Amino acid sequence: MRRIWAALLLLGAAPAPVVQSQLLLTTDAPRLADYGLFDAAGHPAPGVQPYTLNTPLFSDGAEKFRFAWLPPGTKAQYRALGALAFPVGTVLVKRFAFPADLRQPAKDVRPIETRLLIHRPAGWVALSYVEQDGGAVLRRAGMKVPVEFIDKAGRAQAIDYAVPNQNQCKTCHQDGEAITPIGPTAGNLNGSLHGTGPNQLMTWATSGRLARLPADGWPRLARWDNAAEPLNARARAYLAVNCAHCHSRGGFASNSGLYLVPEEVTPAHLGVLKRPVAAGRGSGGHEFSILPGQPDKSIVLHRMTSSEPGIMMPQFGRALAHDEGNALIRKWIAAMPDPADSAPAAAAAP
Amino acid sequence: MRMALLIALLASSSLAQAKMIHVGPGGNAQEKLQTALIEAQPGDTVHIAAGRYALADGLSLDVDGVTVKGDGPDKTILDFTAQKVAGEGLLITSDNVVVRDLGIENAAGNGVKSKGSDGIALVNLRVEWTGGPKSTNGAYGLYPVSSKNVLIDRSVVKGASDAGIYVGQSQNIIVRGSRAEMNVAGIEIENSYDADVVGNTATNNAGGILVFDLPDLPQQGGRNVKLTNNQVIANNHVNFAAPGNIVAGVPSGTGIMVMANSNVLVTGNHVMGNNGSAVMVVAYTQAFTDKAYNPLPRSVSVAGNHFMDNGKAPAFAGGKEIAAAVGGTIPPVLWDGITRYAVPGGGGEKLAEGGINIDAPGISLNLGLQGTPATQARPAPMQQNLVVSTRPAIVLPAALEARAK
Repeated sequence: MRRIWAALLLLGAAPAPVVQSQLLLTTDAPRLADYGLFDAAGHPAPGVQPYTLNTPLFSDGAEKFRFAWLPPGTKAQYRALGALAFPVGTVLVKRFAFPADLRQPAKDVRPIETRLLIHRPAGWVALSYVEQDGGAVLRRAGMKVPVEFIDKAGRAQAIDYAVPNQNQCKTCHQDGEAITPIGPTAGNLNGSLHGTGPNQLMTWATSGRLARLPADGWPRLARWDNAAEPLNARARAYLAVNCAHCHSRGGFASNSGLYLVPEEVTPAHLGVLKRPVAAGRGSGGHEFSILPGQPDKSIVLHRMTSSEPGIMMPQFGRALAHDEGNALIRKWIAAMPDPADSAPAAAAAP
Repeated sequence: MRMALLIALLASSSLAQAKMIHVGPGGNAQEKLQTALIEAQPGDTVHIAAGRYALADGLSLDVDGVTVKGDGPDKTILDFTAQKVAGEGLLITSDNVVVRDLGIENAAGNGVKSKGSDGIALVNLRVEWTGGPKSTNGAYGLYPVSSKNVLIDRSVVKGASDAGIYVGQSQNIIVRGSRAEMNVAGIEIENSYDADVVGNTATNNAGGILVFDLPDLPQQGGRNVKLTNNQVIANNHVNFAAPGNIVAGVPSGTGIMVMANSNVLVTGNHVMGNNGSAVMVVAYTQAFTDKAYNPLPRSVSVAGNHFMDNGKAPAFAGGKEIAAAVGGTIPPVLWDGITRYAVPGGGGEKLAEGGINIDAPGISLNLGLQGTPATQARPAPMQQNLVVSTRPAIVLPAALEARAK
């Protein structure tokens, strides 16, 4: 995967860069290159480790390459819920790129932006660097990048890809007043790198980057696209990753009462027979977030399939609907027992 | 270094450091405005000069203590007609923010929203959907939610497909001197504590002023809301809310509606020409599973209001029959007469603590238990009493009031 970035930049081999730990801690550098996280060809510096997630956020089909760098000698602490507790000095990196044809993800890949989450002494800071001629530069106010590609169904797509502004970064990465990582939870890392080889939690622990990993009992977020896994686990993983960063008790959508975190068990908070609060026209004329057995009468699916601002969910981070993800949620809602067919208490269990 | 600077700034007198950031029309409005809102420091004012700013994305502010100021609601216009992204026109997520003297047009979702702000003043704003009332308009015009110390003052909202001015899950609130027209609901206070709604005009909405409480939310048990000196006039607009939303169930012709709150005082208002009912007091109508939720209106007082020309043509189910039974028009106060509810999951029945007190003619449907359909109504006149109609006014932090002058 790394070679894609390298091939694209059409640059030769360069000396291995050194991660600028002090600069990361103190300064919003104007250029990504200032931090020394990658060489000019896009290869990560020593210690900048790739990781993958069982279920990633949908970002209009962008290919995303994730890396973590922890200051030498430091470790993340295991936590069962939420992101791992990363030490101060950590930087989490996510690089976004679009292949010309999503059906051939390794070919003709165009890099778009690189997002950093830096753990400084006063808290996490989110920065986005947009690829321009000669490298990636800091864009606090966000921007639109026209992108064209062939989607997985073979259709030509032309979108205004939205690089988030600094406030939008926080909207999603919010836990109460603080900024927090979203992706690298124990549950979502609990799988192999790129789907093959040893478990990443184990790799991190044995390489000295993860402390307090229990011997067993790790939570695991399902792979949303693995048909061999249970439908409920896949759907809940998809909702957890694509919705729960806002739809949680400490998130931006805390006031909605709709909570899609993996550990949520109350049917009404999961949306089952829950009436909308502030959905406005986002309700689409439907009475419930989820009406069991009736995906076409469920607000959740209505908003996931829309691409119209004021209706669409998530509110930003995509311009296109995610057909495959929506098909999964449709199947999940359709498989829920219809409350009209059974006692209310039984129907409420998702 | 930046952090050291910030600490120094916070530690010193903010007045000495405060600066004015000017933004004018022309060029890339989106990036200019958003950059100013990101780079502002506590105490700064972002001044948006007169002009029309075409915006394709929402704007947001996450810096404490900033004032965002235009040159007037008809002069500085944030035009979201072409908005492609975001759920709000302007989103505020920081504390002690004043937004004033601006027009906000045709936001795709809500006009101005604050989430989790302690100290938010929305002053002399105009939020409007210029194509008139439509179900495709954004939901809320002015929308502070999960906020504390909230002021909405001298603002106008027109055309919202839910509530023009909506304060949700908030505390210590004043909505005053503002105007809401051609919205589904004019002004709505929902799941909130300690609110004064004073000296506003709500006219030509489907419902004028609503005080609601809903289940399954982080803040519920709405209480201590006072509606006073408001003009609530001819709220007979067709209800154009998307079905499914709670306001879609508000009958056209409703002046004031109180649902599932406690300690609500409706006093000194002029309520005129509302065809359904001047003041409707009801329990939450739907089934619910939230054991902590109380669906009953209790300790509601309606006293010293001026009622005229209401209740002539009730549009709600059974309204005409009820009107006919009591002489042709619905009297000023209509109460569903629900005084008890069953706690979900077999928790037994609970009674309302505190009654519905009125000093004007009223009618009760005597439905008794929450969830009883209106078809079982047994309408009967309510007793009129001398009602105590005062309580201390809500007070906001003086510094916020001063910046909102």
